[in-house]
Amino acid sequence: MLSAVVEADIPWILEHVWMIPAIPALSFVAILLFGKSTPGGGHWIGITSVVSIFVLACWSVVSWIGYVDDAHGAATDEHAAVVVDELAASDSLALAEETTDTHADEAVAGEDGHGEAEGGHEVEAKPGPILTQRVWFSSAPFDDFKIGTLVDGQSVMMLFVVSFISMLVHIFSTDYVAGDRRYTHYFALLSLFTASMLFMVLSTSTLQLIVGWELVGVCSFALIGHWWEEKPNSDAALKAFLTNRVGDIGLLVGMIVLFFAANGSFDIITINTMAAAGDISHNLLLIASLCLLAAVMSKSGQFILHTWLPDAMAGPTPVSALIHAATMVVAGVYMVGRLYPVFWDGLAIPGSSINALALVGGITCVFGGMLAFVQNDIKKVLAYSTVSQLGYMVLALGVGAWTAGMFHLFTHAFFKACLFLGAGSLSHACHHSFDMKAEMGGLRKIMPKTFWTFVLGSLALAGIPPMAGFWSKDEILAGAGGWPGTDGNGTYYIPFIFGMITAGLTAAYMARVIWLVFFGQYRGHSHPHENGARITVPLMILAFMATTVGFLNMPESFTSWLGLPDNFAERFGHYVEPAGIASWPSNFSHAKASLSLAFVASLTALLAGVIVWGYYRALYRKDARATEVTGGLRDKWKVLDMGHNLLTNKYYLDHLYTDTIAAGTKGPLAKAAYWFNQNVLDGIIDSVGKGTVGVGRFVYRYIDQGAIDGSVRGMSIGADDSGQILRKVQSGKIRQYAMLMFGAAVVLAAIFIVVV
Amino acid sequence: MLLNQFLFLAALLFCIGVYGVLTRKNAVLVLMSIELILNAVNINLVAFGAYNSDVAGQVFALFLIAVAAAEVGVGLAIVLLMYRNRQSINVADADALRG
Repeated sequence: MLSAVVEADIPWILEHVWMIPAIPALSFVAILLFGKSTPGGGHWIGITSVVSIFVLACWSVVSWIGYVDDAHGAATDEHAAVVVDELAASDSLALAEETTDTHADEAVAGEDGHGEAEGGHEVEAKPGPILTQRVWFSSAPFDDFKIGTLVDGQSVMMLFVVSFISMLVHIFSTDYVAGDRRYTHYFALLSLFTASMLFMVLSTSTLQLIVGWELVGVCSFALIGHWWEEKPNSDAALKAFLTNRVGDIGLLVGMIVLFFAANGSFDIITINTMAAAGDISHNLLLIASLCLLAAVMSKSGQFILHTWLPDAMAGPTPVSALIHAATMVVAGVYMVGRLYPVFWDGLAIPGSSINALALVGGITCVFGGMLAFVQNDIKKVLAYSTVSQLGYMVLALGVGAWTAGMFHLFTHAFFKACLFLGAGSLSHACHHSFDMKAEMGGLRKIMPKTFWTFVLGSLALAGIPPMAGFWSKDEILAGAGGWPGTDGNGTYYIPFIFGMITAGLTAAYMARVIWLVFFGQYRGHSHPHENGARITVPLMILAFMATTVGFLNMPESFTSWLGLPDNFAERFGHYVEPAGIASWPSNFSHAKASLSLAFVASLTALLAGVIVWGYYRALYRKDARATEVTGGLRDKWKVLDMGHNLLTNKYYLDHLYTDTIAAGTKGPLAKAAYWFNQNVLDGIIDSVGKGTVGVGRFVYRYIDQGAIDGSVRGMSIGADDSGQILRKVQSGKIRQYAMLMFGAAVVLAAIFIVVV
Repeated sequence: MLLNQFLFLAALLFCIGVYGVLTRKNAVLVLMSIELILNAVNINLVAFGAYNSDVAGQVFALFLIAVAAAEVGVGLAIVLLMYRNRQSINVADADALRG
């Protein structure tokens, strides 16, 4: 069953992970076809499918952990060493090419020559990805194009996150969107959304990745515009879709560049192996990675293409949670992580102090964080917070802290889903409004469950120890290498400073949200109440995760400081990070965590939070219903007022896009098109019309009347004449017929004799 | 071998039959002439069968007799109907299909 190279047992599920995207895809079809006639309007089908994929995803996680541990043990014995040598000796590309029709081919076990050749630093035995592929289609000069599943730490991590968040979102939605007119379609699309994201994370080829990427995009379009009867909602959906199109051009161009750079292969492992081995020229990789960066900027909401993301809040809140935590927006970050060797070499990440990825991420996290300050809509605050946190992930990938970036993606999924669902719970209670200033305030006593889970999520987001966000944020800051003694892959001072500022900003705007929503006096006009179990239980589960998942990747210095055994440290990195295999940069190194850095970062966050908290408390003492100061600093200092205006207008980016770029293009373009239409197109059509009439006349006169009618008439005359001649033979005299028959027989017999 | 004699006999019978078909005006006689032709064939089959010491020839002859009987049945029925409609069994009179 397995290929000859490796005898390590591959757990059954890891070769059959295709089921995980297939189940929600089937459930999508089932809900569309039968949803309306099943009890619950189809949500049972959806929930069954997500629960089952969650179970399968957990199974995959456990299997993958076991598989990594096995490989770790096996690497020490002699047999494994032989395997490693064979692999190192063979062409490294053969890894990706030895495919059987239905079964796994193993691009596997252990490090290849690069890892060994380095010699200097310790190389952990890491199993390679498990590929299960079949031929998708063939095209002559290239190898077969394959479709299948690529299982490694990164994709298994995503399987878990996506199915987990999706499951909770499904459950939450049964209450939140109950009674909606498109309830069944809503659940069908949730299923398809989940399926597309899972399909994307399991891609073995960039082609498959593009398919998944676009499917995710179209699902988000449909779900953002779920209530399309209202113009702003359908506008928001269109904006999300069109902004993503801008980046998708970059994705397509980048993938095509990589296709030709890798000698005509879409295979991710092949591309990564070649990029890691230096078989692709630096310039090609640079072009490809810049193109792909455009795709990341649109999909993952990076500055300056982030504008669609806050507008995407027009969709139902559970969808926002799904988009922001698990599906859609992390696709860009995931793609960078998946093709990391390309960016690693293309943007010259190691040993550098700035690059495009780190810069885009740095700018995004600071600017997004600042925008979150001036929003009155709680979902928009969270949306800008997502922009900011995605900037953090991109920054992490940009500075070479791959594991930290992926870990932040992982932890962020939990606390951001928790916060979004919390916001949904609030709005469900408060008149379906998201306005923190007009409709909320003082809700901590009325909605205690939502309050506590929201606070836990916020603490995790702000990176207050020991919550999940603290660990991942700390690793990113350490990975930037800007702090003494952290030894990252480079010395990224500017991204480090951006990251530090964001740590403070995040805590500050979350403090603002918590004060406005939960403290002070209730300012709304309805009678809020705590929600039912289907809303609060997912919140509690997520709050629990937001508190605890950070411990999965405690740095070694912390665990030894706490006196825990060694194998408690960096579990996440150990199982997820692929460093050490052939399709991974060989000069990849890890940053060291620093206690002083962690202390300073946490202090920054705490301080920023406390300042904002103090500001609002002071305000409350003055006037119980006030939400902002009138006649304060902003009126004294014009600069601050200008800054505030800049922020409330979202840096005027929407104006730039709509009024300047779109309007500036569409006016002249429309005029030119009109002129072209009147003069060129109409002229062509006119002359074509006249020509057609002329040809028609000619055809009627000569061809129809002359040739066709003539030939028809000729045929009837010919038939008549030949009939007249032949009727003489039909004499009716039987003996004459017999005579003819025998005569003919005699003639035939004569021919027969002569011939034979 | 006696084959030639049988073949001559068959050829003779065949020619008599053809002559009868072509010259006779009486429909019954035409039918009888057709019987002669068929029996000429039968003789040929049996002769070749015996010559090749193969019973297939005789089996075919038996089938042919059966088919001939059926044919005569149909033929006589036509003659009967012809007589009923025209009070004549002269084949020269049956020329309603003249073109």
